[in-house]
Amino acid sequence: MRDALFEFLCRMGDNTLVLGHRVSEWCGHAPVLEEDIALANTALDLIGQTQMWLGLAAEVEGADRSADDLAMLRDVWDFRNLLLVEQPNGDFGQTMMRQFLFDAWHLLMLQALTDSTDTRIAAIAAKAVKEAQYHLERSADTVIGLGDGTAESHRRMQAALDLLWPYVGEMFVADAVDDSLCAAGIAPDPATLRAAYEARIQTVMAEATLTLPDTGFAHQGGRTGRQHSEHLGHLLTQMQWLQRAYPGATW
Amino acid sequence: MYAQMVKSEASKDDPDKLAAFQARIDAGDKIEPKDWMPAGYRKTLIRQIGQHAHSEIVGQLPEGNWITRAPTLERKAILLAKVQDEAGHGLYLYCAAETLGVSRDELTEMLLDGRMKYSSIFNYPTLTWADMGAVGWLVDGAAIMNQVPLQRTSFGPYSRAMIRICKEESFHQRQGYDIMMKMCQGTDAQKRMAQDAMNRFWYPALMMFGPSDKDSVHSAQSMTWKIKMNTNDELRQKFVDQTVPQAEYLGLTIPDPDLVWNDDKGGYDFSEPDWSEFFDVIQGNGPCNTERLAARNKAWDDGAWVRDGLMAHAEKRAARKVAAE
Ligand SMILES: [Fe+2]
Ligand SMILES: [Fe+2]
Ligand SMILES: [Fe+2]
Repeated sequence: MRDALFEFLCRMGDNTLVLGHRVSEWCGHAPVLEEDIALANTALDLIGQTQMWLGLAAEVEGADRSADDLAMLRDVWDFRNLLLVEQPNGDFGQTMMRQFLFDAWHLLMLQALTDSTDTRIAAIAAKAVKEAQYHLERSADTVIGLGDGTAESHRRMQAALDLLWPYVGEMFVADAVDDSLCAAGIAPDPATLRAAYEARIQTVMAEATLTLPDTGFAHQGGRTGRQHSEHLGHLLTQMQWLQRAYPGATW
Repeated sequence: MYAQMVKSEASKDDPDKLAAFQARIDAGDKIEPKDWMPAGYRKTLIRQIGQHAHSEIVGQLPEGNWITRAPTLERKAILLAKVQDEAGHGLYLYCAAETLGVSRDELTEMLLDGRMKYSSIFNYPTLTWADMGAVGWLVDGAAIMNQVPLQRTSFGPYSRAMIRICKEESFHQRQGYDIMMKMCQGTDAQKRMAQDAMNRFWYPALMMFGPSDKDSVHSAQSMTWKIKMNTNDELRQKFVDQTVPQAEYLGLTIPDPDLVWNDDKGGYDFSEPDWSEFFDVIQGNGPCNTERLAARNKAWDDGAWVRDGLMAHAEKRAARKVAAE
Protein backbone atom coordinates (compact mmCIF):
# COMPACT_ATOMS: atom_id res chain seq x y z
CA MET A 1 0.00 0.00 0.00
CA ARG A 2 2.85 2.38 0.76
CA ASP A 3 4.16 2.00 -2.80
CA ALA A 4 0.73 2.67 -4.27
CA LEU A 5 0.25 5.68 -2.06
CA PHE A 6 3.65 7.08 -3.01
CA GLU A 7 2.85 6.54 -6.67
CA PHE A 8 -0.49 8.29 -6.35
CA LEU A 9 1.00 11.28 -4.53
CA CYS A 10 3.64 11.63 -7.22
CA ARG A 11 0.88 11.64 -9.83
CA MET A 12 -0.86 14.50 -8.06
CA GLY A 13 2.33 16.43 -7.35
CA ASP A 14 3.93 15.88 -10.75
CA ASN A 15 0.80 17.17 -12.50
CA THR A 16 0.94 20.43 -10.58
CA LEU A 17 4.73 20.67 -10.81
CA VAL A 18 4.92 20.18 -14.55
CA LEU A 19 1.89 22.32 -15.35
CA GLY A 20 3.07 25.01 -12.92
CA HIS A 21 6.40 25.04 -14.72
CA ARG A 22 4.76 25.31 -18.13
CA VAL A 23 2.49 28.14 -17.05
CA SER A 24 5.43 29.99 -15.48
CA GLU A 25 7.16 30.00 -18.88
CA TRP A 26 4.68 32.75 -19.81
CA CYS A 27 6.01 35.17 -17.27
CA GLY A 28 6.39 38.58 -18.90
CA HIS A 29 5.12 37.41 -22.29
CA ALA A 30 1.33 37.30 -21.91
CA PRO A 31 -1.10 39.09 -24.25
CA VAL A 32 -2.23 41.60 -21.58
CA LEU A 33 -0.98 42.61 -18.18
CA GLU A 34 -3.95 41.07 -16.40
CA GLU A 35 -3.04 37.72 -17.98
CA ASP A 36 0.58 38.04 -16.86
CA ILE A 37 -0.71 38.44 -13.34
CA ALA A 38 -3.25 35.64 -13.62
CA LEU A 39 -0.82 33.17 -15.18
CA ALA A 40 1.80 33.88 -12.52
CA ASN A 41 -0.88 33.42 -9.91
CA THR A 42 -1.96 30.08 -11.36
CA ALA A 43 1.63 28.88 -11.54
CA LEU A 44 2.17 29.97 -7.97
CA ASP A 45 -0.87 28.03 -6.75
CA LEU A 46 0.27 24.94 -8.64
CA ILE A 47 3.79 25.10 -7.24
CA GLY A 48 2.34 25.53 -3.75
CA GLN A 49 0.20 22.42 -4.27
CA THR A 50 3.29 20.58 -5.52
CA GLN A 51 5.07 21.34 -2.26
CA MET A 52 2.19 19.73 -0.37
CA TRP A 53 1.79 16.65 -2.56
CA LEU A 54 5.46 15.89 -3.02
CA GLY A 55 6.12 16.73 0.61
CA LEU A 56 3.65 14.06 1.62
CA ALA A 57 5.03 11.69 -1.01
CA ALA A 58 8.49 12.08 0.46
CA GLU A 59 7.13 11.47 3.95
CA VAL A 60 5.24 8.37 2.84
CA GLU A 61 8.26 7.02 1.01
CA GLY A 62 10.43 7.34 4.13
CA ALA A 63 13.61 7.22 2.08
CA ASP A 64 15.09 10.46 3.35
CA ARG A 65 14.15 12.39 0.22
CA SER A 66 12.51 15.82 0.30
CA ALA A 67 9.90 17.32 -1.98
CA ASP A 68 12.74 19.22 -3.68
CA ASP A 69 14.68 15.99 -4.18
CA LEU A 70 11.65 14.47 -5.86
CA ALA A 71 11.14 17.52 -8.07
CA MET A 72 14.74 18.19 -8.97
CA LEU A 73 16.50 14.83 -8.95
CA ARG A 74 14.19 12.31 -10.61
CA ASP A 75 14.54 11.56 -14.29
CA VAL A 76 11.77 11.33 -16.87
CA TRP A 77 10.79 7.71 -16.21
CA ASP A 78 10.06 8.46 -12.57
CA PHE A 79 7.64 11.29 -13.36
CA ARG A 80 3.97 10.44 -13.08
CA ASN A 81 2.19 13.46 -14.57
CA LEU A 82 -0.41 13.28 -17.30
CA LEU A 83 0.96 13.68 -20.81
CA LEU A 84 -1.42 16.61 -21.21
CA VAL A 85 0.41 18.88 -18.78
CA GLU A 86 3.86 18.37 -20.28
CA GLN A 87 2.69 19.46 -23.74
CA PRO A 88 4.29 22.74 -24.85
CA ASN A 89 2.51 26.04 -24.32
CA GLY A 90 1.92 26.79 -28.00
CA ASP A 91 0.00 30.01 -28.39
CA PHE A 92 -2.01 31.54 -25.56
CA GLY A 93 -5.11 29.70 -26.74
CA GLN A 94 -3.37 26.34 -26.57
CA THR A 95 -2.12 27.14 -23.09
CA MET A 96 -5.59 28.07 -21.90
CA MET A 97 -7.21 25.05 -23.55
CA ARG A 98 -4.69 22.77 -21.83
CA GLN A 99 -5.43 24.58 -18.57
CA PHE A 100 -9.18 24.18 -18.95
CA LEU A 101 -8.99 20.49 -19.85
CA PHE A 102 -6.81 19.96 -16.79
CA ASP A 103 -8.73 22.21 -14.39
CA ALA A 104 -12.04 20.51 -15.15
CA TRP A 105 -10.52 17.17 -14.14
CA HIS A 106 -8.46 18.59 -11.30
CA LEU A 107 -11.44 20.13 -9.55
CA LEU A 108 -13.42 16.88 -9.67
CA MET A 109 -10.44 14.91 -8.44
CA LEU A 110 -9.76 17.28 -5.57
CA GLN A 111 -13.42 17.37 -4.59
CA ALA A 112 -13.41 13.58 -4.39
CA LEU A 113 -10.17 13.61 -2.40
CA THR A 114 -11.62 15.88 0.26
CA ASP A 115 -13.47 12.71 1.37
CA SER A 116 -10.32 10.60 1.42
CA THR A 117 -9.92 8.20 4.34
CA ASP A 118 -6.34 9.45 4.53
CA THR A 119 -6.77 12.67 6.48
CA ARG A 120 -3.48 14.09 5.19
CA ILE A 121 -4.74 13.78 1.63
CA ALA A 122 -8.15 15.16 2.53
CA ALA A 123 -6.46 18.19 4.13
CA ILE A 124 -4.31 18.95 1.08
CA ALA A 125 -7.31 18.53 -1.22
CA ALA A 126 -9.40 20.86 0.92
CA LYS A 127 -6.77 23.57 0.53
CA ALA A 128 -6.20 23.01 -3.18
CA VAL A 129 -9.85 22.70 -4.13
CA LYS A 130 -10.53 26.43 -3.68
CA GLU A 131 -7.65 27.31 -5.96
CA ALA A 132 -8.73 24.76 -8.54
CA GLN A 133 -12.26 26.14 -8.51
CA TYR A 134 -10.91 29.59 -9.31
CA HIS A 135 -8.57 28.27 -12.01
CA LEU A 136 -11.45 26.49 -13.67
CA GLU A 137 -13.66 29.56 -13.67
CA ARG A 138 -10.92 31.56 -15.33
CA SER A 139 -9.85 28.98 -17.88
CA ALA A 140 -13.46 28.16 -18.81
CA ASP A 141 -14.23 31.87 -19.27
CA THR A 142 -11.19 32.30 -21.47
CA VAL A 143 -11.99 29.26 -23.60
CA ILE A 144 -15.52 30.58 -24.05
CA GLY A 145 -14.37 34.13 -24.77
CA LEU A 146 -11.83 33.09 -27.36
CA GLY A 147 -13.93 30.30 -28.87
CA ASP A 148 -16.83 32.70 -29.33
CA GLY A 149 -14.63 35.69 -30.22
CA THR A 150 -13.34 36.50 -33.69
CA ALA A 151 -13.00 34.07 -36.59
CA GLU A 152 -9.28 33.87 -35.90
CA SER A 153 -9.63 33.24 -32.17
CA HIS A 154 -12.26 30.61 -32.90
CA ARG A 155 -10.02 28.87 -35.40
CA ARG A 156 -7.09 28.86 -32.98
CA MET A 157 -9.17 27.50 -30.11
CA GLN A 158 -10.61 24.73 -32.27
CA ALA A 159 -7.08 23.81 -33.36
CA ALA A 160 -5.99 23.73 -29.70
CA LEU A 161 -8.92 21.49 -28.77
CA ASP A 162 -8.23 19.14 -31.68
CA LEU A 163 -4.58 18.93 -30.68
CA LEU A 164 -5.12 18.36 -26.96
CA TRP A 165 -8.29 16.28 -26.80
CA PRO A 166 -6.47 12.97 -27.34
CA TYR A 167 -4.56 13.65 -24.10
CA VAL A 168 -7.75 13.76 -22.02
CA GLY A 169 -8.58 10.05 -21.93
CA GLU A 170 -5.52 9.22 -19.86
CA MET A 171 -7.12 10.94 -16.86
CA PHE A 172 -9.75 8.22 -16.54
CA VAL A 173 -7.83 4.99 -17.08
CA ALA A 174 -7.43 3.05 -13.84
CA ASP A 175 -4.54 0.75 -13.05
CA ALA A 176 -3.54 -1.39 -10.05
CA VAL A 177 -2.49 1.71 -8.09
CA ASP A 178 -5.94 3.21 -8.48
CA ASP A 179 -7.62 -0.09 -7.66
CA SER A 180 -5.88 -0.46 -4.33
CA LEU A 181 -6.35 3.18 -3.31
CA CYS A 182 -9.98 3.06 -4.32
CA ALA A 183 -10.54 -0.11 -2.31
CA ALA A 184 -9.07 1.62 0.76
CA GLY A 185 -11.23 4.71 0.25
CA ILE A 186 -8.15 6.87 -0.22
CA ALA A 187 -8.83 8.03 -3.77
CA PRO A 188 -11.68 7.68 -6.26
CA ASP A 189 -11.73 5.30 -9.18
CA PRO A 190 -10.69 7.69 -11.98
CA ALA A 191 -13.35 6.31 -14.31
CA THR A 192 -16.08 7.58 -12.00
CA LEU A 193 -15.08 11.17 -12.70
CA ARG A 194 -15.65 10.87 -16.42
CA ALA A 195 -19.36 11.57 -16.68
CA ALA A 196 -19.20 14.80 -14.70
CA TYR A 197 -16.09 15.83 -16.61
CA GLU A 198 -17.68 15.34 -19.99
CA ALA A 199 -20.82 17.17 -18.92
CA ARG A 200 -18.73 20.16 -17.90
CA ILE A 201 -16.66 20.06 -21.08
CA GLN A 202 -19.75 19.87 -23.28
CA THR A 203 -21.39 22.83 -21.60
CA VAL A 204 -18.32 25.00 -21.99
CA MET A 205 -17.58 23.91 -25.55
CA ALA A 206 -21.17 24.62 -26.56
CA GLU A 207 -20.88 28.14 -25.19
CA ALA A 208 -17.49 28.49 -26.84
CA THR A 209 -19.00 27.30 -30.15
CA LEU A 210 -16.27 24.66 -30.35
CA THR A 211 -16.70 21.08 -31.55
CA LEU A 212 -15.35 18.15 -29.59
CA PRO A 213 -13.27 15.94 -31.87
CA ASP A 214 -15.00 12.76 -32.89
CA THR A 215 -12.35 10.47 -31.47
CA GLY A 216 -12.13 8.33 -28.39
CA PHE A 217 -8.41 7.85 -28.87
CA ALA A 218 -6.27 8.47 -25.80
CA HIS A 219 -2.51 8.86 -25.62
CA GLN A 220 -1.27 7.15 -22.47
CA GLY A 221 1.92 6.56 -20.55
CA GLY A 222 2.36 9.71 -18.48
CA ARG A 223 0.66 8.87 -15.22
CA THR A 224 2.11 5.35 -15.25
CA GLY A 225 5.52 6.61 -16.35
CA ARG A 226 5.66 3.99 -19.07
CA GLN A 227 6.25 6.44 -21.91
CA HIS A 228 6.33 10.23 -21.62
CA SER A 229 6.49 12.57 -24.59
CA GLU A 230 9.84 13.97 -25.70
CA HIS A 231 8.87 17.33 -24.22
CA LEU A 232 9.26 16.32 -20.60
CA GLY A 233 13.00 15.72 -20.81
CA HIS A 234 13.61 19.23 -22.09
CA LEU A 235 11.44 20.69 -19.37
CA LEU A 236 13.42 18.79 -16.71
CA THR A 237 16.71 19.84 -18.27
CA GLN A 238 15.79 23.41 -17.49
CA MET A 239 13.99 22.92 -14.21
CA GLN A 240 16.62 20.68 -12.65
CA TRP A 241 19.72 22.33 -14.03
CA LEU A 242 21.00 24.12 -10.94
CA GLN A 243 20.52 21.15 -8.64
CA ARG A 244 22.22 18.88 -11.13
CA ALA A 245 25.10 21.22 -11.92
CA TYR A 246 25.87 22.03 -8.28
CA PRO A 247 24.96 18.88 -6.34
CA GLY A 248 24.50 19.24 -2.61
CA ALA A 249 24.45 23.04 -2.52
CA THR A 250 21.88 24.84 -0.37
CA TRP A 251 19.93 27.61 -2.06
CA MET B 1 14.67 54.49 -9.56
CA TYR B 2 12.51 54.30 -12.57
CA ALA B 3 12.11 57.87 -13.61
CA GLN B 4 15.73 58.37 -14.45
CA MET B 5 15.56 60.70 -17.37
CA VAL B 6 12.35 62.59 -16.95
CA LYS B 7 12.56 66.20 -17.91
CA SER B 8 10.11 68.66 -16.47
CA GLU B 9 8.33 71.23 -18.52
CA ALA B 10 8.56 74.97 -18.50
CA SER B 11 5.18 76.56 -18.09
CA LYS B 12 2.98 78.76 -20.26
CA ASP B 13 0.06 78.65 -17.85
CA ASP B 14 -1.86 81.55 -16.26
CA PRO B 15 0.42 82.99 -13.52
CA ASP B 16 -2.43 83.38 -10.99
CA LYS B 17 -3.51 79.81 -11.35
CA LEU B 18 0.10 78.72 -11.17
CA ALA B 19 0.66 80.62 -7.94
CA ALA B 20 -2.47 79.15 -6.39
CA PHE B 21 -1.39 75.68 -7.51
CA GLN B 22 2.06 76.12 -6.04
CA ALA B 23 0.53 77.36 -2.78
CA ARG B 24 -1.49 74.15 -2.53
CA ILE B 25 1.60 72.06 -3.11
CA ASP B 26 3.59 74.02 -0.57
CA ALA B 27 0.79 73.53 1.95
CA GLY B 28 1.11 69.77 1.43
CA ASP B 29 -2.24 69.36 -0.38
CA LYS B 30 -2.67 66.37 -2.65
CA ILE B 31 -3.52 67.24 -6.23
CA GLU B 32 -6.34 65.04 -7.54
CA PRO B 33 -7.07 64.24 -11.20
CA LYS B 34 -10.04 66.64 -11.48
CA ASP B 35 -8.11 69.57 -10.00
CA TRP B 36 -6.57 72.23 -12.21
CA MET B 37 -2.90 71.57 -12.87
CA PRO B 38 -0.24 73.16 -15.08
CA ALA B 39 0.20 71.46 -18.45
CA GLY B 40 3.83 70.83 -17.61
CA TYR B 41 2.95 69.14 -14.32
CA ARG B 42 0.58 66.82 -16.14
CA LYS B 43 3.04 66.08 -18.91
CA THR B 44 5.95 65.44 -16.57
CA LEU B 45 3.86 63.14 -14.41
CA ILE B 46 2.60 61.16 -17.38
CA ARG B 47 6.16 60.59 -18.45
CA GLN B 48 7.41 59.77 -14.99
CA ILE B 49 4.56 57.45 -13.99
CA GLY B 50 4.52 55.87 -17.45
CA GLN B 51 8.24 55.26 -17.32
CA HIS B 52 7.89 53.73 -13.90
CA ALA B 53 5.04 51.49 -15.08
CA HIS B 54 7.04 50.36 -18.11
CA SER B 55 9.95 49.54 -15.82
CA GLU B 56 7.77 47.25 -13.75
CA ILE B 57 6.62 45.49 -16.92
CA VAL B 58 10.01 45.14 -18.58
CA GLY B 59 11.42 44.28 -15.16
CA GLN B 60 9.49 41.00 -15.29
CA LEU B 61 11.84 39.77 -17.99
CA PRO B 62 15.26 39.56 -16.27
CA GLU B 63 13.68 37.77 -13.31
CA GLY B 64 11.32 35.70 -15.42
CA ASN B 65 14.54 34.47 -17.01
CA TRP B 66 15.18 32.39 -13.85
CA ILE B 67 11.71 31.27 -12.80
CA THR B 68 11.97 28.07 -14.81
CA ARG B 69 15.44 27.41 -13.38
CA ALA B 70 14.83 28.27 -9.73
CA PRO B 71 16.75 25.77 -7.59
CA THR B 72 13.96 24.77 -5.17
CA LEU B 73 10.18 24.76 -5.12
CA GLU B 74 10.19 27.44 -2.44
CA ARG B 75 12.54 29.70 -4.40
CA LYS B 76 10.42 29.21 -7.49
CA ALA B 77 7.28 30.17 -5.57
CA ILE B 78 8.91 33.25 -4.05
CA LEU B 79 10.23 34.43 -7.40
CA LEU B 80 6.86 33.85 -9.08
CA ALA B 81 5.17 35.85 -6.36
CA LYS B 82 7.68 38.62 -6.80
CA VAL B 83 7.30 38.86 -10.54
CA GLN B 84 3.54 38.77 -10.11
CA ASP B 85 3.86 41.71 -7.72
CA GLU B 86 5.87 43.65 -10.30
CA ALA B 87 3.16 43.15 -12.91
CA GLY B 88 0.67 44.34 -10.31
CA HIS B 89 2.78 47.45 -9.72
CA GLY B 90 2.68 48.10 -13.44
CA LEU B 91 -1.10 47.88 -13.30
CA TYR B 92 -1.45 50.34 -10.39
CA LEU B 93 0.86 52.77 -12.10
CA TYR B 94 -0.89 52.59 -15.46
CA CYS B 95 -4.13 53.26 -13.60
CA ALA B 96 -2.54 56.29 -11.91
CA ALA B 97 -1.32 57.55 -15.30
CA GLU B 98 -4.77 57.03 -16.82
CA THR B 99 -6.24 59.53 -14.36
CA LEU B 100 -4.12 62.13 -16.20
CA GLY B 101 -5.85 61.42 -19.48
CA VAL B 102 -3.60 58.92 -21.22
CA SER B 103 -4.68 55.33 -21.82
CA ARG B 104 -2.68 52.23 -20.99
CA ASP B 105 -2.69 51.23 -24.64
CA GLU B 106 -1.26 54.60 -25.69
CA LEU B 107 1.49 54.31 -23.11
CA THR B 108 2.18 50.74 -24.21
CA GLU B 109 2.51 51.79 -27.83
CA MET B 110 5.02 54.45 -26.78
CA LEU B 111 7.06 51.89 -24.89
CA LEU B 112 7.01 49.46 -27.78
CA ASP B 113 8.09 51.93 -30.44
CA GLY B 114 10.78 53.44 -28.23
CA ARG B 115 9.21 56.86 -27.62
CA MET B 116 9.10 56.13 -23.88
CA LYS B 117 11.88 54.69 -21.74
CA TYR B 118 12.10 52.27 -18.87
CA SER B 119 14.79 51.96 -16.23
CA SER B 120 18.27 51.28 -17.61
CA ILE B 121 18.81 48.52 -15.05
CA PHE B 122 16.56 46.06 -16.88
CA ASN B 123 18.83 46.13 -19.89
CA TYR B 124 21.44 44.14 -18.00
CA PRO B 125 21.42 40.34 -18.21
CA THR B 126 20.71 37.93 -15.35
CA LEU B 127 23.34 35.25 -15.76
CA THR B 128 23.35 33.16 -12.61
CA TRP B 129 20.98 32.40 -9.76
CA ALA B 130 22.91 34.91 -7.63
CA ASP B 131 21.59 37.60 -9.94
CA MET B 132 18.12 36.93 -8.48
CA GLY B 133 19.65 37.79 -5.13
CA ALA B 134 21.46 40.85 -6.46
CA VAL B 135 18.38 42.15 -8.25
CA GLY B 136 16.19 41.82 -5.16
CA TRP B 137 18.80 43.25 -2.83
CA LEU B 138 20.29 46.01 -4.95
CA VAL B 139 17.72 46.80 -7.63
CA ASP B 140 14.63 46.59 -5.46
CA GLY B 141 16.72 48.23 -2.76
CA ALA B 142 17.50 51.20 -5.00
CA ALA B 143 13.87 51.32 -6.12
CA ILE B 144 12.72 51.53 -2.51
CA MET B 145 15.19 54.30 -1.81
CA ASN B 146 13.52 56.30 -4.56
CA GLN B 147 9.94 55.26 -3.92
CA VAL B 148 9.66 55.73 -0.18
CA PRO B 149 9.88 59.54 -0.49
CA LEU B 150 7.52 59.43 -3.48
CA GLN B 151 4.79 58.20 -1.14
CA ARG B 152 4.61 61.89 -0.18
CA THR B 153 4.51 63.13 -3.78
CA SER B 154 1.96 65.84 -4.56
CA PHE B 155 -0.18 63.90 -7.05
CA GLY B 156 -2.73 61.85 -5.10
CA PRO B 157 -3.07 58.76 -7.32
CA TYR B 158 0.72 58.47 -7.70
CA SER B 159 1.26 58.83 -3.99
CA ARG B 160 -1.34 56.16 -3.22
CA ALA B 161 0.15 53.78 -5.81
CA MET B 162 3.55 54.30 -4.20
CA ILE B 163 2.22 53.47 -0.75
CA ARG B 164 0.87 50.14 -1.98
CA ILE B 165 4.01 49.39 -3.97
CA CYS B 166 6.47 50.18 -1.19
CA LYS B 167 4.91 47.59 1.10
CA GLU B 168 5.71 44.87 -1.41
CA GLU B 169 9.12 46.18 -2.45
CA SER B 170 10.61 45.85 1.01
CA PHE B 171 9.60 42.19 0.96
CA HIS B 172 11.35 41.80 -2.40
CA GLN B 173 14.51 43.30 -1.02
CA ARG B 174 14.54 40.99 1.98
CA GLN B 175 14.08 37.97 -0.25
CA GLY B 176 16.93 39.08 -2.46
CA TYR B 177 19.19 39.55 0.51
CA ASP B 178 18.20 36.12 1.78
CA ILE B 179 19.25 34.55 -1.54
CA MET B 180 22.60 36.36 -1.30
CA MET B 181 23.03 35.17 2.26
CA LYS B 182 22.54 31.55 1.26
CA MET B 183 24.97 31.94 -1.62
CA CYS B 184 27.60 33.61 0.55
CA GLN B 185 27.35 30.87 3.17
CA GLY B 186 27.42 28.20 0.46
CA THR B 187 29.96 26.41 -1.68
CA ASP B 188 32.90 28.11 -3.40
CA ALA B 189 30.95 28.12 -6.65
CA GLN B 190 28.02 29.87 -4.96
CA LYS B 191 30.30 32.47 -3.40
CA ARG B 192 31.84 33.08 -6.77
CA MET B 193 28.38 33.58 -8.29
CA ALA B 194 27.48 36.03 -5.54
CA GLN B 195 30.62 38.12 -5.99
CA ASP B 196 30.22 38.06 -9.75
CA ALA B 197 26.65 39.32 -9.40
CA MET B 198 27.86 42.07 -7.08
CA ASN B 199 30.55 43.05 -9.60
CA ARG B 200 28.08 43.28 -12.46
CA PHE B 201 25.16 44.96 -10.64
CA TRP B 202 26.89 47.51 -8.41
CA TYR B 203 27.39 50.32 -10.91
CA PRO B 204 24.16 49.70 -12.84
CA ALA B 205 22.36 49.93 -9.47
CA LEU B 206 24.03 53.28 -8.79
CA MET B 207 22.91 54.46 -12.21
CA MET B 208 19.30 53.81 -11.26
CA PHE B 209 19.23 57.18 -9.48
CA GLY B 210 19.94 59.00 -12.71
CA PRO B 211 22.75 61.35 -13.67
CA SER B 212 24.56 63.51 -11.18
CA ASP B 213 22.67 66.61 -10.00
CA LYS B 214 25.06 68.93 -11.77
CA ASP B 215 24.05 67.30 -15.09
CA SER B 216 20.39 67.02 -14.27
CA VAL B 217 19.12 70.45 -15.19
CA HIS B 218 15.44 69.65 -15.06
CA SER B 219 15.03 68.44 -11.53
CA ALA B 220 14.45 71.84 -9.92
CA GLN B 221 10.93 72.31 -11.29
CA SER B 222 10.00 68.72 -10.43
CA MET B 223 11.20 69.24 -6.90
CA THR B 224 9.18 72.45 -6.53
CA TRP B 225 6.15 70.51 -7.70
CA LYS B 226 6.96 67.63 -5.34
CA ILE B 227 7.05 65.19 -8.20
CA LYS B 228 10.62 64.53 -7.24
CA MET B 229 11.39 64.61 -3.54
CA ASN B 230 15.17 64.28 -3.39
CA THR B 231 18.04 64.92 -5.75
CA ASN B 232 19.66 62.02 -7.59
CA ASP B 233 22.90 62.42 -5.68
CA GLU B 234 21.20 62.50 -2.28
CA LEU B 235 19.44 59.24 -2.99
CA ARG B 236 22.55 57.61 -4.43
CA GLN B 237 24.54 58.56 -1.33
CA LYS B 238 21.84 57.15 0.93
CA PHE B 239 21.82 53.93 -1.06
CA VAL B 240 25.58 53.50 -0.84
CA ASP B 241 25.58 54.22 2.88
CA GLN B 242 22.87 51.65 3.45
CA THR B 243 24.34 48.99 1.18
CA VAL B 244 28.02 48.96 2.14
CA PRO B 245 27.49 47.46 5.62
CA GLN B 246 25.10 44.89 4.13
CA ALA B 247 27.77 43.85 1.62
CA GLU B 248 30.33 43.64 4.39
CA TYR B 249 28.01 41.43 6.40
CA LEU B 250 27.71 39.12 3.39
CA GLY B 251 31.48 39.10 2.95
CA LEU B 252 31.21 40.57 -0.55
CA THR B 253 33.62 43.09 -1.98
CA ILE B 254 32.16 46.19 -3.58
CA PRO B 255 33.95 46.67 -6.89
CA ASP B 256 35.19 50.15 -6.06
CA PRO B 257 38.77 50.53 -4.78
CA ASP B 258 38.06 54.16 -3.85
CA LEU B 259 35.15 53.39 -1.58
CA VAL B 260 36.00 54.83 1.81
CA TRP B 261 34.15 56.16 4.85
CA ASN B 262 34.28 59.93 5.10
CA ASP B 263 33.89 61.07 8.70
CA ASP B 264 33.29 64.70 7.76
CA LYS B 265 30.23 64.05 5.67
CA GLY B 266 29.15 61.03 7.67
CA GLY B 267 28.90 58.89 4.57
CA TYR B 268 30.98 56.96 2.10
CA ASP B 269 33.02 58.45 -0.69
CA PHE B 270 32.59 56.29 -3.77
CA SER B 271 33.34 56.22 -7.49
CA GLU B 272 30.77 57.50 -9.92
CA PRO B 273 29.44 54.97 -12.40
CA ASP B 274 30.62 55.25 -15.98
CA TRP B 275 28.06 57.75 -17.24
CA SER B 276 28.94 57.16 -20.86
CA GLU B 277 27.81 53.56 -20.36
CA PHE B 278 24.60 54.88 -18.80
CA PHE B 279 23.84 57.11 -21.78
CA ASP B 280 24.64 54.25 -24.14
CA VAL B 281 22.13 52.04 -22.33
CA ILE B 282 19.49 54.78 -22.31
CA GLN B 283 20.01 55.26 -26.03
CA GLY B 284 19.38 51.60 -26.73
CA ASN B 285 22.87 50.15 -26.62
CA GLY B 286 22.76 48.26 -23.35
CA PRO B 287 23.50 44.53 -23.38
CA CYS B 288 19.83 43.54 -23.47
CA ASN B 289 17.89 46.50 -24.88
CA THR B 290 17.18 44.75 -28.14
CA GLU B 291 15.99 41.53 -26.51
CA ARG B 292 13.86 43.28 -23.91
CA LEU B 293 12.01 45.45 -26.39
CA ALA B 294 11.72 42.59 -28.85
CA ALA B 295 10.22 40.39 -26.13
CA ARG B 296 7.66 43.03 -25.21
CA ASN B 297 6.81 43.69 -28.84
CA LYS B 298 6.42 39.98 -29.52
CA ALA B 299 4.15 39.54 -26.49
CA TRP B 300 2.01 42.45 -27.67
CA ASP B 301 1.88 41.38 -31.32
CA ASP B 302 1.29 37.70 -30.56
CA GLY B 303 -1.41 38.70 -28.10
CA ALA B 304 -3.37 40.84 -30.57
CA TRP B 305 -5.70 38.00 -31.58
CA VAL B 306 -6.39 37.26 -27.93
CA ARG B 307 -7.26 40.85 -27.08
CA ASP B 308 -9.39 41.12 -30.22
CA GLY B 309 -11.09 37.80 -29.53
CA LEU B 310 -12.00 38.65 -25.95
CA MET B 311 -13.22 42.09 -27.02
CA ALA B 312 -15.38 40.61 -29.78
CA HIS B 313 -16.86 38.15 -27.33
CA ALA B 314 -17.65 40.87 -24.81
CA GLU B 315 -19.42 42.84 -27.55
CA LYS B 316 -21.41 39.82 -28.69
CA ARG B 317 -22.45 39.11 -25.14
CA ALA B 318 -23.51 42.68 -24.57
CA ALA B 319 -25.50 42.63 -27.83
CA ARG B 320 -27.20 39.37 -26.85
CA LYS B 321 -28.11 40.86 -23.49
CA VAL B 322 -29.66 43.90 -25.15
CA ALA B 323 -31.56 41.67 -27.59
CA ALA B 324 -32.91 39.60 -24.71
CA GLU B 325 -34.23 42.64 -22.85
FE1 LIG C 1 10.26 47.60 -9.01
FE1 LIG D 1 7.84 46.85 -8.36
FE1 LIG E 1 10.16 44.77 -6.65
